Amino acid sequence: MTFNFDPQFILGHLNYWLFVILMLTGLYIVVARGNLLKKIVGLNIFQVAVFMLYISMGKVAGGTAPILTGNPNEVYSNPLPHVLILTAIVVGIATTSLGLALIVRINESYGTIEEDEILELDHQKSQAELDSLAKEASDKS
Amino acid sequence: MMSVVENHAAILVVLLPLLSAPLAMLFGNRHVAYLLSIASSVASFLLAIYLVLLVKDGSVLSYHIGGWAPPLGIEYRIDAANALVLLIVSAMSVAVLPYARTSIKKEIAEKNHALFYACFMLCFTGLMGVTITGDAFNVFVFLEISSLSTYVLVALGAEKDRRALSAAYDYLVLGTIGATFFVIGLGLIYMATGTLNMVDLSERLATMEGNRTVRSAYAFIVIGMGLKLAIYPLHRWLPGAYTYAPSAVSAFLAATATKVAIYVVVRFMFSVFSIQFGFEQDTLKFIFFPFAIIAMFAASFIAVFQVNVKRLLAYSSVAQIGYMLLGIALFSATGLSASLVHLFNHAVTKGALFLAVGAIIYQTGSPMVAHMAGLGKKMPWTSAAIVVGGLSLIGVPGTVGFVSKWVLLNAALEVGLWPVSLMIVLSSLIAVVYVWKLVELLYLAPAAEDSQVTEAPLSLLVPMWGLVLVTIWFGFNADFTVQVSDMAASSLFSGGFGKEAIIMGTEGRP
Repeated sequence: MTFNFDPQFILGHLNYWLFVILMLTGLYIVVARGNLLKKIVGLNIFQVAVFMLYISMGKVAGGTAPILTGNPNEVYSNPLPHVLILTAIVVGIATTSLGLALIVRINESYGTIEEDEILELDHQKSQAELDSLAKEASDKS
Repeated sequence: MMSVVENHAAILVVLLPLLSAPLAMLFGNRHVAYLLSIASSVASFLLAIYLVLLVKDGSVLSYHIGGWAPPLGIEYRIDAANALVLLIVSAMSVAVLPYARTSIKKEIAEKNHALFYACFMLCFTGLMGVTITGDAFNVFVFLEISSLSTYVLVALGAEKDRRALSAAYDYLVLGTIGATFFVIGLGLIYMATGTLNMVDLSERLATMEGNRTVRSAYAFIVIGMGLKLAIYPLHRWLPGAYTYAPSAVSAFLAATATKVAIYVVVRFMFSVFSIQFGFEQDTLKFIFFPFAIIAMFAASFIAVFQVNVKRLLAYSSVAQIGYMLLGIALFSATGLSASLVHLFNHAVTKGALFLAVGAIIYQTGSPMVAHMAGLGKKMPWTSAAIVVGGLSLIGVPGTVGFVSKWVLLNAALEVGLWPVSLMIVLSSLIAVVYVWKLVELLYLAPAAEDSQVTEAPLSLLVPMWGLVLVTIWFGFNADFTVQVSDMAASSLFSGGFGKEAIIMGTEGRP
């Protein structure tokens, strides 16, 4: 396969380029940020990018909204991807709200929402467990 | 009445648990919630048995939701492969719910019990729906129903240990990335083919091997589901989630969630995309195969050094997923059949082990391996269950683990890969180490002198021993499981999913 640089190809797929940029931005935020809240924001951007992919692919050039107009020759956009993405939007909202609820609970019990501090606290707890096991073992012998 | 149930069995297995969830929440009474959950689980289980019997001879069932014919309408499509998974999931729900009724008393505040049952039933609904549906987008919807409720179930462990919250959060982030990758993949194949029905997809995709959209769709789907099924390097969420979730939840998840994800990968690889595609065989050879072998060794090795018994079992699960992937990667009908047998066998084994460990935690209050010392005399039944489960993990004859390892070894030898069979045996030896560590502590170490531990209550022992007996029964009498798996594997390989189906539930419809 050869790759020919074609400006028309790039401009013609503007929506898809934006989808790729948004998706990677979101994914980068999820991976790179330590703040749990920012991770959720990243996750949201990541999911919204997918909505854009679906909505773009349903669009028919020059088509109207898929509603009955009385004109049998009306060109209309494909409604199915839009309906599918409604479901995905609902899933996205549920995920976000559950994530936020978890962050509230984490903040209540850890007193922080920074990932490295939580890891440090978890690590201390595991270490304390190991120490108490070692102490029990030495008490026995 | 009977004919209505028979005609609509395919939808009822999903619908009954789905209805019981909001009802359990609305009643808000834990006893009513429990009764609703167990009743709908038992009903689903019986219907799943009915479906297995219908497809055991290799026929395919199709159910059109709302009477809308596919590919426009959503179709539920059942063959031997997903009937087997339906059976596993519903049987585990029936086994775990009575156990949960007792075990959550010490783990979850009483006012939240009804909500626990509601989440549990939603998770169950999602897993059943993912398995039974013949529509690709429907898989995503049910996957998210089960995943979202799973995150809540894991987080419920926070009343005992706050680390459940960070484990649930990690799972939420990784699970959502996985599901979103999956939905991107679906979008791309829809773009290439214009359909979402699995049978329709496979017909249209058959000639599209060179299409780059189809290739990237495949990559997104496999990686997305790979996150959900904890394929070796993507397993980071699994140990935390299984360790800190309430015992009953760990048992249910370990036995069902990853199994359903494996089923979805198999379904997409064999029934939606064609297994003849070069890029698909490359995935098996260069990704599944090496990572399966690494998982078998690395995860078992990590399990040996765990001090928390639930974490030990979680890592052992990652290793066992390796065996299932290895069977798929062998790229033969016997290999695939070995994977499916192991799917069933590992579900009952790990379910029994997590229930037994949960009973120990219920009685002693500690998940530490060291605190299991000397319990062999104080909790003889629970300890015996751990021994049987452990033997099955190793693959000792007389347990289901042996059947799995035997068919997997045969499959590896059949394709001429004897070094692989050697590796299967060697990695089982690592399992001997961590199982022996538990057995030694249970039976040979002295108990703490002031220990007042007694045997677990009957409500915990009965479900646990139910699964242990299944482990032994199918270890001696493997005809049923091997037969169904062989049937499922050969139908997956020959594209049997798309063949002429018996249409259910047309009676009384215009």
